Amino acid sequence: MSNSHYVNEEPFDPKSIEVLTPEQEAIYLAPQRQLIWWKFKRHKLAVASGIFLALMYLMTVFAEFLAPYSVESRNSNYTLAPPHEVNLFHKGEFIGPFVYGYEKELDLEKMQRIYTPNTDRIIKLNFFCSGDTYKFWGLFDADNHFMCANVEEPVYLLGSDTLGRDMLSRIIYGARISLTIGLIGIAISFSLGIIIGGLAGYYGGWVDVIAQRMIEVVQSLPTLPLWLTLVAIMPSNWSQVTVYFAITIILGLIDWTGLARAVRSKLLSLREEDYVLAARLMGANPKRTIGLHLVPGFMSHLIASATITIPTMILGETALSFLGLGLRAPTVSWGILLNDAQNIGVVALTPWLIYPVIPVILIILAFNFFGDGLRDAADPYG
Amino acid sequence: MISYIFKRILYMIPTLVLTSILVFTLIELPPGDYFESYVNELQAAGETVDPKLIEYLRAEYGFDKPIWERYFQWATGMLVGDFGYSFEYELPVREVIGDRLLFTIIVTFVTVIFTWLIAFPIGIYSATHQYSWGDYGLTFLGLLGLAIPNFLLALIMMFLANEWFGTTIGGLIDPEFVGQPFSWAKFVSVLEHLWIPVIVIGTSGTAAMIRRVRANLLDELRKPYVTTARAKGMPEFRGLMKYPFRMSLNFFIADIGGILPTVISGAEIVAIVLSLETTGPILIQALQSQDMYLAGSFLMLLGFLTVIGVLISDIALAFLDPRIRLQGGVSR
Repeated sequence: MSNSHYVNEEPFDPKSIEVLTPEQEAIYLAPQRQLIWWKFKRHKLAVASGIFLALMYLMTVFAEFLAPYSVESRNSNYTLAPPHEVNLFHKGEFIGPFVYGYEKELDLEKMQRIYTPNTDRIIKLNFFCSGDTYKFWGLFDADNHFMCANVEEPVYLLGSDTLGRDMLSRIIYGARISLTIGLIGIAISFSLGIIIGGLAGYYGGWVDVIAQRMIEVVQSLPTLPLWLTLVAIMPSNWSQVTVYFAITIILGLIDWTGLARAVRSKLLSLREEDYVLAARLMGANPKRTIGLHLVPGFMSHLIASATITIPTMILGETALSFLGLGLRAPTVSWGILLNDAQNIGVVALTPWLIYPVIPVILIILAFNFFGDGLRDAADPYG
Repeated sequence: MISYIFKRILYMIPTLVLTSILVFTLIELPPGDYFESYVNELQAAGETVDPKLIEYLRAEYGFDKPIWERYFQWATGMLVGDFGYSFEYELPVREVIGDRLLFTIIVTFVTVIFTWLIAFPIGIYSATHQYSWGDYGLTFLGLLGLAIPNFLLALIMMFLANEWFGTTIGGLIDPEFVGQPFSWAKFVSVLEHLWIPVIVIGTSGTAAMIRRVRANLLDELRKPYVTTARAKGMPEFRGLMKYPFRMSLNFFIADIGGILPTVISGAEIVAIVLSLETTGPILIQALQSQDMYLAGSFLMLLGFLTVIGVLISDIALAFLDPRIRLQGGVSR
């Protein structure tokens, strides 16, 4: 009887069956951070939003240079001027970007100025030129601007307000306050939410009861009246900077409750999982169990909440400034600019006064798309 | 279950007591009181004020008593429906509040229902059709609602309604029904005016809810039990509704209590722009003029509304998720 069964005596090499291509190998060996980045990159809209947000924040840094005029420079001859239209061709001839000068008339019946473009008067737009002087970052004097018009006649690409100030410049300066107000607030509300929600959900019992009552008390009061009351408490002699920080902190203090509740309810169901029991049996302390094992389990939810919260804070500032509370002129923020657009007549007669809402909408959309991408990427194994 | 509900209702008592203390402190914190602003106002108008009259008024309304005594008086008064006295309106607070609180409740309730009706189907569709054009389009629409500030949307809707229908949409009821007892005709009139504020306030909450439904449903859909259900031949829709959807409801229900203050806050700013007869405008005015019992009682009642909302949300959560209903401490 012959042995027909062949056995190779060489040691078994698993790679002989399945050979990984270099690409596959890269994926299998990549650290989690790399995987998250790869997955995030696939979400084109999120990447575009991220770039847009980065550019907007960069704009706040170079506001003085990018704005055609300084923030308070006004021309009382041109109040409530409509936006200039930028043209490239004059009578079929290319002469580069320019606008037509305005002819002014006073409508005595409605007591308002009427501006009509005069197609004979050409105002060329200059780039990288000298205009209003400013103190760059409050450090040194300069007068360089990305764009400015001739000295004789102002150019308002987004119109001018009731005092004849350039809307475009004011929107660019306003970004400084409006874009940064959410960042401090979110830091406060996030830490509070995770710590309090985490403790309540993990320990249960009387810790949970106390945390729940705290959340309920803060949450049961509508934000706007609470804000109003807190604004009324703030001494009126505080500087605008102090008021700004006070408002961000108030926003953060009010906003943590939703996150804490969500963390708690998720922890309540997650803490019964076997891996939590395993961690506890191996001697992990609560801080480690919550921070290392439980929180990453619903990180995607936390990120989705964060992206919702930053815009909420930006909108909160806008709403309060619109009502004339919180920050006030001469501080410039998008909400303060919208304060001029309080009645229906503005929408009908001078619609450019509501233009500051466009950057508000764009920023909020961008934060949402960006957060969406982050949320999907936070769990790269899915 | 019944003992859980009973326990939850008992828990409401310390919450309400704490809320009332917080509200009273907040109302007391601004320097000065109503009479001080009143005197300033009169003096600015060039009138002389008899300091004795002011002293008399202070004593009459108990402003000479220590703060805790006044709190106690206010808090116990509320238990029997006495909300104090509004100095500005020179009426008991209860009469000033009148219909306004009812209107706030109506607007809030309808808005929450509106938000649910819109957000749920869209959220489910977006999660099950992730990255499709429908998902992108609907999510974008929802986000646009979130991104446009409420007050501006209200202004623009007012403008458009004026342009297209020639109607003015300020207010919640026709002038002829003001001061009338609540009747069917008045109810219909309110409904006719209600849709614009509801849409305006609702749009901002819808996006957040769509995201939550979508995000949590997606988390669930990726779990192995969904694959198992599918592999065993469970119909797609039933497989979706029976487990993943129920699981993702958890977050959603937990957030009901959180929506209410947002909706009420949104309602207030919209109410100012649209001049609705809700609590918003009157509350802000009361806070500014330090009409403290009016402002305090309003805040307290709005707070009470939310506490009830949270109670309902917790009971619903316990119904849905036995793990929460039967909770016990980790280290028993």
